[in-house]
Amino acid sequence: MLTKENKLNMFSTAYRIRRLEEKICEVYGKQEIKTPVHLYIGEEAIATGVSQNLVKEDLIFSTHRSHGHYLAKGGNLKNMVAEFYGKENGCAGGKGGSMHLIDVEAGIPGSTAIVGGGIPIATGAALALQLKGTDKVAVAYFGDGAADEGVLQESMNFAGLKNLPIIFVCENNFYATNSFQMKRHADDNIYKRGECYKVPGELVDGNDVEAVYHTAKKAIERARRGEGPSLIEAKTYRWKGHVGPDEDTNLGHRTNEELEGWKQRCPIKLYREKLFKEGVLDEGSYQNLKREIDNEVEEAFEFAYKSNDVPMENMYKHLF
Amino acid sequence: MPWTKILAENNKLIDTDIDGDKKAGREITYREALLEAQDQLLANDSKVFVYGEGVDDAGSIFGSTKGLHEKYGIKRVFDTPLSESALTGVAVGAALAGMRPILVHMRMDFLLLTLDQIINHAAIWHYSFSGQIKVPVIIRCIVGRGWGSGPQHSQSLEALLYHVPGLRVYMPATPYDAKGLMMEAVKDGHPTIFIEHRWLYDKKGQVPEAPYSVEKGKGRVVVEGSDVTIVATSLMVHESATAVKKLAEEGIKAELIDLRTIKPLDEDIILKSVAKTGKLVVTDYGWHTGGVASSISCMVSEKGFSSLRKPVKRVTCPDIPTPTAHNLEAAYYPSADDVANAVRELCS
Repeated sequence: MLTKENKLNMFSTAYRIRRLEEKICEVYGKQEIKTPVHLYIGEEAIATGVSQNLVKEDLIFSTHRSHGHYLAKGGNLKNMVAEFYGKENGCAGGKGGSMHLIDVEAGIPGSTAIVGGGIPIATGAALALQLKGTDKVAVAYFGDGAADEGVLQESMNFAGLKNLPIIFVCENNFYATNSFQMKRHADDNIYKRGECYKVPGELVDGNDVEAVYHTAKKAIERARRGEGPSLIEAKTYRWKGHVGPDEDTNLGHRTNEELEGWKQRCPIKLYREKLFKEGVLDEGSYQNLKREIDNEVEEAFEFAYKSNDVPMENMYKHLF
Repeated sequence: MPWTKILAENNKLIDTDIDGDKKAGREITYREALLEAQDQLLANDSKVFVYGEGVDDAGSIFGSTKGLHEKYGIKRVFDTPLSESALTGVAVGAALAGMRPILVHMRMDFLLLTLDQIINHAAIWHYSFSGQIKVPVIIRCIVGRGWGSGPQHSQSLEALLYHVPGLRVYMPATPYDAKGLMMEAVKDGHPTIFIEHRWLYDKKGQVPEAPYSVEKGKGRVVVEGSDVTIVATSLMVHESATAVKKLAEEGIKAELIDLRTIKPLDEDIILKSVAKTGKLVVTDYGWHTGGVASSISCMVSEKGFSSLRKPVKRVTCPDIPTPTAHNLEAAYYPSADDVANAVRELCS
């Protein structure tokens, strides 16, 4: 059962991700954030619902679209924004950028921007967690584009073979850069692709925070009990283009109507309405929560902006 | 398999008696040294595990992992699916989560299926995250040769990896270094490509029983000389040693350097030797263009030009895929004679 506190925590997480991404859009035009940004607007329910089930020692591996995963897992917001600005106290010391976020303390050992690259790495982390005899799990986030990669099949087979504590989370937003899923996939069945490897799959509405939470809970508890890996396909939609703050419906691969349809199913709006209906949130508490998070994000940007540039001597540091 | 047997027999053709630089009072083979290193690492560190295609079968990676799965259990020493790419990512992930994986490829050629994980991931992680996390992965791979190994079972691809910042590349030529550098790689904790040559597996040498490590980035003068410097790696150290003997009979005193690790590279030992001899032959099993020999030649031109009295000579494989037919294959590989001829040209 989700408590009121759990629900408010999830709503805050989802809203914090949204506010962060919106703020990036607001300032991106100034060209002071000199790193490509792959925004998570529209997909917030997934990282939020999955992470609500995770503890610090669980490990997540993320992609080029990593902001939401990082924040939901408890990654440090200020250091993250400083990383966007290429500052010394960025979470990766300014050497990573938006696609390479890390917070070791929070169980985020680094994200990778090679599509599919994080999947076997998460699998290896799951092997390590198993070898150490813990009940902790690894999560591999990836998109529908990574579902095209052979390494996903290799990794699911290995995870099934070794009964690893891993959850493969596919965020199907239908587009790999600009290529539509059904132009790339023979069938619309990502969640079924683990079946032949003993990786049971489930399809979930990726815009429904609590649906994701419950689906992930089942998979994560199963992994903690030593019963092996699972695959979750969460169908969702990214509002912005593949990269950058613009909506790219002018490019011809998707229509305004399609985008507007998904906006009607905004995960944050849907969850807010649900929590209002349940009496978990009311106008007053909602406004307070918003104000608090808006301020938190503003402070993070100020912190980043005022932070020092990366010292030139760091160029040759961290080599070996 | 008979193939393996015949390769082992061919190995007897290599006539050298070079050894590690310690007298241990005990002689074992390169194969046994590798096995002993992994055995001791598994025994002394619960974070170490060894895996790869065939580590627990009858062949057990040409004997170099023999019996380890029985001794340490199949959770720590295990066979794998033929999923080289994922299994390399598994090493990276396990390392990030605190383990010390040793992944083995029976042939170096198979490494080409894994370069995304090696170059895009293992190599960049420590630097790109400003040193917050290390990737202590060891990838063992064996260079094959002979009996028609052909273009996909014999490639010596060290130059590809030598090019990449963020990797270590070790090429032990002796049993002493095989064990000591394996120990060094695990102690060091950075991603290491550990390149072995199949023809070295029966080579015997002095190896202490107790664990020890060989310092990376420190080459070794195998034979001292004053007329010409020969820089070599792996099996070419042995070919070169044969050449040095022949040359000595002709009155040419060649100095032979075994680099042991090419990344890090011991530039000093090369430059110091060239300052003394003024002539340099560099030899490796890679291809002629863009190889390790090329890069060392360039380095000496930049940093030791005033010492050079003759142009640098490279003795390498020609720029062609490895041919399979016996006569072509025999002509393809650089030999002791090729090294000796290069030296004679410089000293004439």
